[in-house]
Amino acid sequence: MSVEAITITLVVITFIIYTAIGWWSRVRDTSSFYVAGQNIPAVANGAAIAADWMSAASFISMAGLVAFLGYDGTIYLMGWTGGYVLLALLLAPYLRKFGKFTVPDFIGDRFYSSSARTVAAIATIFISLTYISGQMRGVGIVFSRYLQVDIVIGVLIGMAIVGFFALLGGMKGVTWTQAIQYFVIIIAFLIPAFAISAQLTGNPIPQLSFIGSDIVERLSQIQIDLGMTEYMEPFTNLSMLNVFMMTLALMAGTAGLPHVIVRFYTVKSVRAARWSAVWAIIFIGLLYLTAPAVGAFAKYNLIDTIADQPLEEVQNIDWVNKWETTGLLEFNDENGDGVINYTSGDDNEVMIDGDIIVLSTPEVANLAPFIIALVAAGGLAAALSTASGLLITMTSAVSHDIYYRIFNKNASEAQRLRVGRITLFVALLVAAYVGINPPGFAGEVVALAFGLGAASLFPVILLGIFDKRMNKEGAIAGILTGLIFTLFMIGTILSESIFGTDGPLIESFFGINAQGVGVVGMLLNFIVSFIVSRMTAEPPKEIQELIENVRAPEIDEDIK
Amino acid sequence: MEEKKTLDERQKWYWRKNIRFILGLLVVWAVVAYGGAILFAEPLSNIQFFGVSFSFWIAQQGSILVFFILILTYAIRMDRLDKEYAQLLKEDKEG
Repeated sequence: MSVEAITITLVVITFIIYTAIGWWSRVRDTSSFYVAGQNIPAVANGAAIAADWMSAASFISMAGLVAFLGYDGTIYLMGWTGGYVLLALLLAPYLRKFGKFTVPDFIGDRFYSSSARTVAAIATIFISLTYISGQMRGVGIVFSRYLQVDIVIGVLIGMAIVGFFALLGGMKGVTWTQAIQYFVIIIAFLIPAFAISAQLTGNPIPQLSFIGSDIVERLSQIQIDLGMTEYMEPFTNLSMLNVFMMTLALMAGTAGLPHVIVRFYTVKSVRAARWSAVWAIIFIGLLYLTAPAVGAFAKYNLIDTIADQPLEEVQNIDWVNKWETTGLLEFNDENGDGVINYTSGDDNEVMIDGDIIVLSTPEVANLAPFIIALVAAGGLAAALSTASGLLITMTSAVSHDIYYRIFNKNASEAQRLRVGRITLFVALLVAAYVGINPPGFAGEVVALAFGLGAASLFPVILLGIFDKRMNKEGAIAGILTGLIFTLFMIGTILSESIFGTDGPLIESFFGINAQGVGVVGMLLNFIVSFIVSRMTAEPPKEIQELIENVRAPEIDEDIK
Repeated sequence: MEEKKTLDERQKWYWRKNIRFILGLLVVWAVVAYGGAILFAEPLSNIQFFGVSFSFWIAQQGSILVFFILILTYAIRMDRLDKEYAQLLKEDKEG
């Protein structure tokens, strides 16, 4: 059997399992309706949070981005885990105590205003849509490689499958599917990492051999020999300012992501929310401690395989050949000497899309076809679990928070469902379009979503809990300022790939790039909401009581 | 249990303690992530840590371990605070 055939078989088997679990838990959940997830153990909920959280960006893109960024890859490693500290300490317990179902629900009720709810819903839609585009791209890459079709077709196939799963799963009963998907993701990530670690360093534990062996040192050295920047040296690819800003944007954005926050509503108590956070960081950390090792190993192997090798020989390698047909790997023997120059200068003859690093790693290292197939299945699981969570979040923002709560308070269940389905369909089309014409790697597209989250939702949720004096005028002014500023800056800095202008309309915002500019939006949000709230009336008495109530301790049965 | 309209003394004590825990943990969070891995990356990159430099290790692995410890510490400390609070309520009731 060829690698492609094994991959397709394995992918189909995992899809059948997800479908079966989704169906099984869906049938059981209709009887328990909203309390659905509330008796799910903290461990399973932690795994579900981890699967929801770890998207195609974490699985497919991140190690590749780290491989190319070297030290500066820390923006993703720290950014996507450190935000979790903010979420666990500052938001999750209180949002659980508040006990509503969506993020716009919290903002709408806390700021006693349907305008605030609408603005929050719009921010949710923007964030989710940007985020889902990164997933579509990831799914598209996997399909284009293993079905050997163009990436456009790959994205379209991915779109159909993601839509099918989101329709099937619905809001309820996705927890168990996601818990299973977590295990597919983590096994698929760890097995090749173990194998390559053993191959390169003699130590099979990648998290340890990463620092325990001289592999990073060796990689640094060959990069210097090839005229690239030194792998271990900080700020060679990004300035210190940008590393700082991008890390902060990813952290605050992480804490403000609506589809992850929603997960904390499904646990049974405030205490369980805190412990779910502990389990989730364990599960997430397992992948994140491995990713830098995979990045370094992959880069080492890749350079070793192609740099200064005869072009013809390299092009005869099966995986090189297959990836070349996807258009994500290109060789261009400019000086015509028949040897591949791989450098970071003008004489470079290799074009590698960072998104193929993780997926091609097992092939580059000559691992068994089954492991290659497993990695493809893992990438799909990562993209699917996140994409369905996002689609449902987006759909509920439109059908519940905007249509039902604002436009048509008498809407029947069927009408809301229809609005939801239309939203889902439109969202898929937009996501597919952006997935085909992305303004960057899957991981970079996702990073933009986090900037928007950091600039809009994070500050007002935080102030809603910790600043009793914060009122609706302040919150609305704050979200709008943060969102509009950040969208405008992203649009102008990335105008080349988004609007097709000849070059970027502006290079950067005082040295801060598009992915870090969300931090400026966030600061503006804090400042504007603070000033506006102090100049307008304080929130009504019942809202102040509501906040007191969210802060009051809730003692778990287990503690008593 | 009847919902209290405003926080009583015990609840205020609980909230203040909670805020103190959070602030303490966030200081560690900021010092490790933004100090160790970014602002002081260059001086710390001269210190060797096993096969890599110290700041490189913090930036790519160490910080993640610290984040885990912070979240775990918060969960354990809040469990303990919950217990103390429940104990105080019991004492209040017994007068």
